[in-house]
Amino acid sequence: MNTFYNEILTDHNLHPGNKHDLPDANYILEGVNPSCGDDIILKLRVEDGMVKDGAYTGDGCAISQASADIMLDLVIGKSVQEAEELSEIFVRMITGSISGEEAERLEEAGALQDISHMPSRVKCAVLGWHTLDEILRHPEKTV
Amino acid sequence: MTENCRNTEKQMQRGGSCPAEAVRKDFPILTERTAYLDNAATTQKPRCVIEAVKRFYEEENANPLRGLYELSAAATQEYEDAREAVQGFIGASFPEEIIFTRNTTESLNLIAYSWALNNLGPGDGILTSVEEHHSNLLPWQMAAKKTGASLYYLEPDREGRISGEAFRAALKPGTKLAAVTQVSNVLGAENDIRLFAEIAHEAGAVFVCDGAQSVPHMKVDVRELDVDFLAFSGHKMLGPMGIGVLYGKKALLEEMDPFLRGGEMIRSVSLDGASWAQLPAKFEAGTVNAAGAAGLHAAIRYYEKLGWDRITEAERELTRYAIEGMKKIPFVKILGSPDPERHNAIVTFTVEGVHPHDIAAIMDEDHICVRAGHHCAQPLMNFLGVSSSARASFAFYNTKEEIDRFLVCLGSLRRRMGYED
Repeated sequence: MNTFYNEILTDHNLHPGNKHDLPDANYILEGVNPSCGDDIILKLRVEDGMVKDGAYTGDGCAISQASADIMLDLVIGKSVQEAEELSEIFVRMITGSISGEEAERLEEAGALQDISHMPSRVKCAVLGWHTLDEILRHPEKTV
Repeated sequence: MTENCRNTEKQMQRGGSCPAEAVRKDFPILTERTAYLDNAATTQKPRCVIEAVKRFYEEENANPLRGLYELSAAATQEYEDAREAVQGFIGASFPEEIIFTRNTTESLNLIAYSWALNNLGPGDGILTSVEEHHSNLLPWQMAAKKTGASLYYLEPDREGRISGEAFRAALKPGTKLAAVTQVSNVLGAENDIRLFAEIAHEAGAVFVCDGAQSVPHMKVDVRELDVDFLAFSGHKMLGPMGIGVLYGKKALLEEMDPFLRGGEMIRSVSLDGASWAQLPAKFEAGTVNAAGAAGLHAAIRYYEKLGWDRITEAERELTRYAIEGMKKIPFVKILGSPDPERHNAIVTFTVEGVHPHDIAAIMDEDHICVRAGHHCAQPLMNFLGVSSSARASFAFYNTKEEIDRFLVCLGSLRRRMGYED
């Protein structure tokens, strides 16, 4: 069956490895899709230009939650600059197109590519990534 | 009845009970591929409605009410015939009690702007309920804020019903307007509008009925209910989008100021001011949606040919079949009454562990159209303690096979989301 609810997505939704609190976070930002109620609170520990650790909490559809979980798997341990690049590539994958090389850099996040065919769900898929990009560029927004 | 609805006519000549197979041929968009179960959002349109809109533009298009030539007279005639058809459909006393608007939302706003803002002040009250669609809530919030009147909310029971006693008790002294829906767009529960109107009138309040979800599915007679205003949409009752109705009692409408000001709603205009046209023109400023009215007229003819007995029986049977099936599926929770008779073709539900947006998306993969979200009724969702839900809503042209597909998909949701039940 043709489904974008593939195993990668459902597994990250049901068994999210990064969905928990992060007491020593120094970057914290909430991302909300008001129209559908998706809501995540992204927490990162950023030191020396590196995303040392990250986690999220929140509620929402499987796409918003799994996407955030996959994103954290990808960016934890990477530099802030790389995380920003990956965020840009991910959003471009959903809203436009990316090269094969860029797709490789996204690893599991590439499993969300088919969301681009569902315009009403694009905002769910990019919620975590927009929130990541926002807090990395504007750490002063930390709540 | 145009020749375009001949399938139904033939069926009825045979004295059949109008099964969906015969009716479906009248609806060009209905195919075996897609199960359209979002009828509370908008219904599909029979060919006769589509043809009526097309015929207006191909044969009768001119600006109604203005032109002094044959074509404009024909457009005017078409428009006014539609008004009389609506009058007959809801049992209004006079054609000028039928005001054409865009939809229910505009009709309710018209009352808020033209009646409430001019008749309410500090010390007065507005009564509405927690289960209203935002269209029957936000206009009253606005009116209360602007006039200083107090806004009170009735709470339904868990099944969405509001008792006469609760309504009576909530009508505080000074309440001048009460606005309640006849059928909840989330729970499908029906309120006793005739009783509410009677109680409101005893207390000296004007009664507004939101008929968006009732007029398409049951006989609604404004004289029998004795409501002061009734608002409904054409597009939820087989008609085109962009044509809606406000019924108002003549004496009230005559006293009210216009809502919108502009073309064709005046008696005379000078640089110092203006006087207003008679009803209904006073409330129909600007070029009207005559093609939409023609389409609504065709929709009403279609309803009348089919007859309420067949429509309500078919929809009741579909609702019963769906709810019985849903009750057998683990992890599915139906909001509102467990009794299918109290759902009026609307079934809102949740599936434990599956977000409603994912429910709708997976249903879509199986070509089943259902609604998900807060259904423009956030206060009700808060009251029920759910952040969002999915909704299947039926029309007489749906089939049991479509419901079977819906039930199979519903039963597969958790597995497809990775649960190992």
